[in-house]
Amino acid sequence: MGFRFIPVISVVLTLLVSGTVNAAGAIKIGALFAVTGPAAFLGEPERNTAQMVVDEINRAGGVRGHKLELIVYDTAGDATKAVQLATKLVKNDHVAAIIGPSTTGESMAVIPVVEKDQVPLISCAAGIKITDPVKKWVFKTAQNDSLAVARIYEQLQRQRLTRVALLTVSDGFGSSGREQLKAQAARHGITIVSDDTYGPKDTDMTAQLTKIRGSHVQAVICWGTNPGPAVIAKNARQLGLKIPIYMSHGVSSKKFIDLAGEAAEGIRLPSGKVLVADLLPNSDPQKRSLMAFVRDYQKHYRAEGDHFGGHAWDAVMLLKGAIERGADTPAAIRDQLERTRQFHGIGGTFTYSAHDHAGLGKDAFVLVEVKNRDWVIVK
Amino acid sequence: MQFDQLLQYTLSGLATGAIYALIGIGFSIIYNSTGIINFAQGEFVMLGGMLTLFFLELLKLPLWAAIPCSVLASTLGGVLFERLAIRPLRQPTPINLVIITIGASILIRGLAMLLWGKDTHSLPPFSGDEPIAIGGATILPQHLWILGITVVVIVANKFFFYHTISGKAMRACAYNRRAAGLVGIDVRRMVLFSFIISSAMGSVAGIIVAPLTMTAYDVGIMLGLKGFCAAIIGGMSSGLATVVGGLILGVLESLGAGLISSGYKDAIAFIILLLILFIRPQGLFGKADTERV
Amino acid sequence: MKRELLKFLAFSALVLLAPLLFKGGYLMNVLVFVGINTMLAIGLNLLLGYAGQISLGHAGFFGLGAYLSGILTASYGLDPWLVMPLAAIAVGCLAFLIGFPILKLRGHYLAMATLGLGIIIYIVFNETVELTGGPSGLSGIPNLSIGATTFDTDIRNYYLIWTFTLVIVLLAVNLTNSRVGRALKAIHDSEVAARVMGVNARLLKVQVFALSAVISSLAGSLYAHTMTFVSPASFGFNFSIELLTMVVIGGLGSIYGSFLGAALLTLLPELLRGAQDYDIVIYGALLMAMVMFMPGGLVRGVPELVRKVTRMKGRPDHA
Repeated sequence: MGFRFIPVISVVLTLLVSGTVNAAGAIKIGALFAVTGPAAFLGEPERNTAQMVVDEINRAGGVRGHKLELIVYDTAGDATKAVQLATKLVKNDHVAAIIGPSTTGESMAVIPVVEKDQVPLISCAAGIKITDPVKKWVFKTAQNDSLAVARIYEQLQRQRLTRVALLTVSDGFGSSGREQLKAQAARHGITIVSDDTYGPKDTDMTAQLTKIRGSHVQAVICWGTNPGPAVIAKNARQLGLKIPIYMSHGVSSKKFIDLAGEAAEGIRLPSGKVLVADLLPNSDPQKRSLMAFVRDYQKHYRAEGDHFGGHAWDAVMLLKGAIERGADTPAAIRDQLERTRQFHGIGGTFTYSAHDHAGLGKDAFVLVEVKNRDWVIVK
Repeated sequence: MQFDQLLQYTLSGLATGAIYALIGIGFSIIYNSTGIINFAQGEFVMLGGMLTLFFLELLKLPLWAAIPCSVLASTLGGVLFERLAIRPLRQPTPINLVIITIGASILIRGLAMLLWGKDTHSLPPFSGDEPIAIGGATILPQHLWILGITVVVIVANKFFFYHTISGKAMRACAYNRRAAGLVGIDVRRMVLFSFIISSAMGSVAGIIVAPLTMTAYDVGIMLGLKGFCAAIIGGMSSGLATVVGGLILGVLESLGAGLISSGYKDAIAFIILLLILFIRPQGLFGKADTERV
Repeated sequence: MKRELLKFLAFSALVLLAPLLFKGGYLMNVLVFVGINTMLAIGLNLLLGYAGQISLGHAGFFGLGAYLSGILTASYGLDPWLVMPLAAIAVGCLAFLIGFPILKLRGHYLAMATLGLGIIIYIVFNETVELTGGPSGLSGIPNLSIGATTFDTDIRNYYLIWTFTLVIVLLAVNLTNSRVGRALKAIHDSEVAARVMGVNARLLKVQVFALSAVISSLAGSLYAHTMTFVSPASFGFNFSIELLTMVVIGGLGSIYGSFLGAALLTLLPELLRGAQDYDIVIYGALLMAMVMFMPGGLVRGVPELVRKVTRMKGRPDHA
């Protein structure tokens, strides 16, 4: 009995051990995206974008004569899988750098792998913990939540609104935002009167909003990704909640307006500039990158490019820049990445240094508002 | 003001609870005629919403036509599931049946993802979305639809199980499959019937809730779980007890979120569920009072 | 008994030699998780396959072990080797206490109650942000080390984890072949009959429940120290279901079957990697097909299949 299944196992295992053939002179870039699972709204546009940009670079002859080879694995948003696949990228595929993962949790899980095996990682997740404190091999392109929070709080201060209610989703995105919202409140003279959460799959938030309505606050800040915030917008309209509602960059896409419909009118949120690329003045240094990205994405996928895809765009372009400056080994790429200065990408203008691996300033976010079923910039 | 809030919590809870109840009854009907806990029940809820959307947007049907098409299509899915996966099973032990329904739910969800993508979609409300004030609380017209359709479904259920031959035969199977078979009832056909009814009910639940909660390929997991809870609280009856179970669950969640802690609201609901089970291991309504249909 | 010993030795040899096949590729990393999942599947199998009691909340015990180890070592700097047994004892006690009311329930009520328990534990991980780091997880958990050897590479972790796994396999094999094992099987077949024969069915069920929680907690601690990071998403309802699937696909009431189930379900996503987005569909279809065509699990189904195939070869006219 004990012996019978041994051949079966060895067959299965041998199937798994298949070496990858290296195209001559190509530089391999690994990518870990949550293409399926609960974070697919991040992973899918990221994967699409990365593939699109790499294809374009190769069509134009590669970087310094090297073609880029993108190896994408789907982590399904699972930290355990992310670690396994990061190991696979490093040990079996021998990649020169890794883009992703999509979520903060997965990024934190993967960091020990890349630090130990010394491969540069450009995370596409927003959590501030990823690059603070700075880790030698870890960079990121997604804007820190702290910048988005600061953008909202500055606006509230300007309007002299001081009493706010928080309604955040109980996943990695929401809890990271909630932490920042609480941490920065005092600095902006803001009092958090109520602090509620909702589950990522919840279908009705009237209970939380009823409680908020009863607590006489001047504004609600809701931190989440679709579809939760759209449900909240509808619930708030149902309850006749009249105070201003602020949301996070987690819903800065047309999709949110489609889902929330009428209820989205008047809702404000901090967003990457990609959402309003066509409204930006020509003097904006990011405008060229933004328009190129939006146009290409529309052409390839017949869909609106969002700032999640933008994170992957930035990551590939940052790597391209590093390779252009002469790097082709993991160590050299890391060193060159750290020397990135004034790169005008989708998420903002990146300047990395030895003590800043996030690289973005406050100008990465603009405040937008929904008016007549479209986004406008709040002046 | 305090009263307004309580009223609002209760109303919202009842509306959510009605959905749990509809899904829960689907669980009970299949459980009673086959002994299967159908973990794929939630997927029929998803299919209801997604198929309606499919008929609306791709085939450009009007809403009133898209809904019955969607129910029919999901029911067909239920029939296929029973015919292809449940009936041919060589060793239908309870645990094998659990795994096969889990497999089916993963499969259906995967197919939906491939067909319709991963995006969330919203359905238009059946009759506008102007809030209706009741006391100090507000509800939407869609909530009335939900409550109304739930009542219709329950009444239809009652009629079917007590006043039609097929319904009575299904009840007989629920009491004792062997004996039902001996008196000439085609048990396998009744099993098929139970799948037809519960997939149809699941899809109806999915359709009426979609305008409020949106729909996506993965909404079935959570809703299925809640429906299962409702059925358990109701003692796995396919009648009023499960409806009450669903409403209790909905109101508990809503009150828990409003009065105690929104983060722990599901935990509160589950702790109460555990306590109910510890004190009354046969569900809140006990075996004696429950009609096992 | 001799047969059992031979089986165990063959299995150990396989485990010991497997790394030679792969020469340190990433698959070593996957095999580490096969080891952890094997432990978990065995723990659940003792409960489900032998005592006949279902649990849809075992990911909770796994998570408790992982978080206790993670928090006490990363945030309070305690010694991992000290925390591991303490965590296991704590989780075992919890399971023992909660086992009395829960195991009074039967069938789908038991399924619901254990499911609820798992979800409550999951919510606690999510909400106690100060302790657990909440949904974004807890990082900075130290690797285990003995003397100057730190278990921070895949190959070292492989041997570490599999040493534990083999010990658990041995224990489980011994247990199931002992008086206790026979008493459990009696409960599985008929609880009333077992009681009549003088088995304290209630206590025994609770004890097995606690034992399986202890094994899960141990696996959790090891998971935390190999990953050096934990987040609630790894211990949710989905994982409980996956564990259940491992046990059933492997073969109820077979220790080596649990290994087969754990190995298959851990390696399957790797095999399906090439199928891109279709993997989830294939995964679901495979689960269904396995139950339909190998209702006794891999441990019974594969030999049967081999027998059929060899018989077919014996009679070429048949093909």
